Amino acid sequence: MADTANPGKPPAGPETTGHEWDGIREYNNPLPRWWLYGLYATIVWSLGYWVLYPAWPLVSGNTSGLLGYSQRATVLDEVEAVRRERDARGQAQLASATVAEIRADPALLRLALATGKAAFGDNCAACHGTSATGRIGYPNLQDDDWLWGGTPEAIERTIRFGARSGHGEAHLGDMPAFGRDGVLKRQEVEAVATYVLSLSGKPGVAGASVEKGAEVFAGNCAACHGEAAKGNPEMGAPNLTDPIWLYGSAPDQVVATVTNGRKGVMPAWEGRLDPATIKSLAVYVHGLGGGK
Amino acid sequence: MAATPTSKYMTEGEVGLGLALLVGAFLCALASARAVDAPFSVHMAVFALAAVAGIAAILKRYEGRPAEAAPQQIDGKPNYNLGPVKFTVIAAMAWGITGFLVGCTIAFQLWAPSLNLELEYTTFGRLRPLHTSAVIFAFGGNVLIGTSMYVVQRTCRARLAGDLAPWFVVLGYNLFIVIAGTGYLMGVTQSKEYAEPEWYADLWLTIVWVAYLLVFLATLWKRKEPHIFVANWFYLAFIVTIAMLHIVNNLAMPVSFLGSKSYPMFAGVQDALIQWWYGHNAVGFFLTAGFLAIMYYFVPKRAERPIYSYRLSIIHFWALIFMYIWAGPHHLHYTALPDWAQTLGMTFSIMLWMPSWGGMINGLMTLSGAWDKLRTDPVLRFMVVSLAFYGMATFEGPLMAIKAVNGLSHYTDWTIGHVHSGALGWVAYVSFGAIYCLVPWLWNRRELYSLKLVEWHFWVSTLGIVLYITSMWVAGIMQGLMWRAYNTLGFLEYSFVETVEAMQPYYLVRALGGVLFLIGALIMAYNLAMTIAGKNAVEREPEATPTAEPALVPAE
Repeated sequence: MADTANPGKPPAGPETTGHEWDGIREYNNPLPRWWLYGLYATIVWSLGYWVLYPAWPLVSGNTSGLLGYSQRATVLDEVEAVRRERDARGQAQLASATVAEIRADPALLRLALATGKAAFGDNCAACHGTSATGRIGYPNLQDDDWLWGGTPEAIERTIRFGARSGHGEAHLGDMPAFGRDGVLKRQEVEAVATYVLSLSGKPGVAGASVEKGAEVFAGNCAACHGEAAKGNPEMGAPNLTDPIWLYGSAPDQVVATVTNGRKGVMPAWEGRLDPATIKSLAVYVHGLGGGK
Repeated sequence: MAATPTSKYMTEGEVGLGLALLVGAFLCALASARAVDAPFSVHMAVFALAAVAGIAAILKRYEGRPAEAAPQQIDGKPNYNLGPVKFTVIAAMAWGITGFLVGCTIAFQLWAPSLNLELEYTTFGRLRPLHTSAVIFAFGGNVLIGTSMYVVQRTCRARLAGDLAPWFVVLGYNLFIVIAGTGYLMGVTQSKEYAEPEWYADLWLTIVWVAYLLVFLATLWKRKEPHIFVANWFYLAFIVTIAMLHIVNNLAMPVSFLGSKSYPMFAGVQDALIQWWYGHNAVGFFLTAGFLAIMYYFVPKRAERPIYSYRLSIIHFWALIFMYIWAGPHHLHYTALPDWAQTLGMTFSIMLWMPSWGGMINGLMTLSGAWDKLRTDPVLRFMVVSLAFYGMATFEGPLMAIKAVNGLSHYTDWTIGHVHSGALGWVAYVSFGAIYCLVPWLWNRRELYSLKLVEWHFWVSTLGIVLYITSMWVAGIMQGLMWRAYNTLGFLEYSFVETVEAMQPYYLVRALGGVLFLIGALIMAYNLAMTIAGKNAVEREPEATPTAEPALVPAE
């Protein structure tokens, strides 16, 4: 192939190998010096590494290296060092102290808040959000409205056993499915939804009677939510007079709640998290701003 | 050639393959009817239909062909078999665009997960292997098989060995792709990264691959050149090693021979090591050795310059082959894998740095005296930039194999950025360059339909790659640093979900980069289609090599 010779420019290399394939020829330039020395350098470095660290398998076991390095031993050492460091800061005390005692001791409180924040992000944030503001169906933990009580002890209990979690000590108390189970007729459901919404000054279902709703409420809802609809943390019954609505405050959302009931589940964390972490979480959540 | 003088017989190959397909069709139909799960039934039906189609194709070809076998030479010149090569070029473009599209889809899903449409078929978990297999094995595989079949013929001055065999390889390979891809959508997977297809698809690929090896070896065997061209060493290393990797990593026992599920032979850390021995060498021998073969033919051919150094090609070939096979354990740093295996994985990755760069040097230095062509020839520019990305990725790879660096980079999107600088910048670019060269050669067109469109393709996709890899570098390093940030009390500073939240804007940038890359490929497909359709094309003499000067004028 004549056009490989580029007239006017000298060839890049000394000579070709003499072969030609489909018009392609090859120069036989020497290996670039920097390339060759680079290759040697990486080989020398690797040889040194093999001498110092575990490297080659033998019939049984392997060469262990002059430094006596072991990844497994290093990890155990590091974990042990962290444990000692945390104990020195009072981590062990967190497990034995009560929530009240933790809150009374500034150093312990500081440690509990840090533990709680880390644990919250990895265990609670998936449902309650990274900033604990919740979303539909998952309570906001920043406000002062608490389904099952907002004292540090009540929060600790909720975290330990959960709500409707299947744990023997879990919070129970279901909102019945008034509409689906035929306890209330559609009209009555709409009326009571409208009445309940009127308590916080919100518009209800168009054409539904507030008076009728009040009657239905007194007969069916007051037992749990109270005559004044202020709720009851013993039963997990929410306050219906405030502007906080776990399942939404649009008329159709409230109608859906009364029709089908609600059975939100919070898992029990006892056994999954250690007592120090659970207490720390209680202190942290309580301290988010809405604790009582 | 129309006049057939005497009687016409079916060849042994036609009869043999036809009968084998007949038996295969029957067995697959039976398996489909008695399958224990729906995907297996569907796949066996596809196999049966493919076998019937194969028989029909053999009969149709027999009807239309002359009595004599295709001559090895016509007028003293080799009678090259280019049909299968043409098929792979079109298949590669179709699969490539599919793979890029699925990649963009899952990139947007990472940004907004609800884009999975809440359908099991379109979840990230099913589309991700579809993306990786479509771009690596369907796009890349067709490019490799096609170019290897072209290059081995031209550089051996011999017609491709086998009569039906090359078509069996090409069509059989693409059938494997269909089985693999539809399997992912139906949830069929053995959960081994880049080796997801189940046992029956693996068996089929083994048959096809051995046929490929035989076709390639037999063509080398009957070569008219005294020496084997460097590209063919790389192709052969690719074919042989992939056969070995594929078979060992897919050793598995089906739960039922009438069902899709199987269990691998290895368990625990052994399985992990085998998997990454496979996974890394898929990078080494599929995505590196194979595409270096493309470089060794197409760069000197397009630049019309001799290869820089034969010596360098020998040394870096053997060093690459010897070192790469050890590097896999660097995917398992800081795991249950024993220390010694981690050490070997890391040190061999470091030693691999210069052997990898040998290919880059040989490619770039081949342009000595022809650098001016980069200004005017965007096809050559694709290939030269691919070598730059290759050099960058093969420097970054050893760097990330160092345990201390890996401790930061592993499991982050830095890895994704690294892979794509190699996949988009190197593999796809050198493939684009090769395909832009091949299409006019294969279809006897003087030049491409439009070099201006090649320019557009180049700049749009380069911008896409830059957006992609820079966003993933920043995101990945940020992610790694966030994971290891501790506060003064020794607690993690960020929860995992906070690190996910921080990634979101980068995921959007990455997805947009992917869209640009896809747009570039669509421009290319249009350009190739117009070239093949013969728009503004001038027929060239069949055996002439493309000449540089008139080629540089855009065809519009």
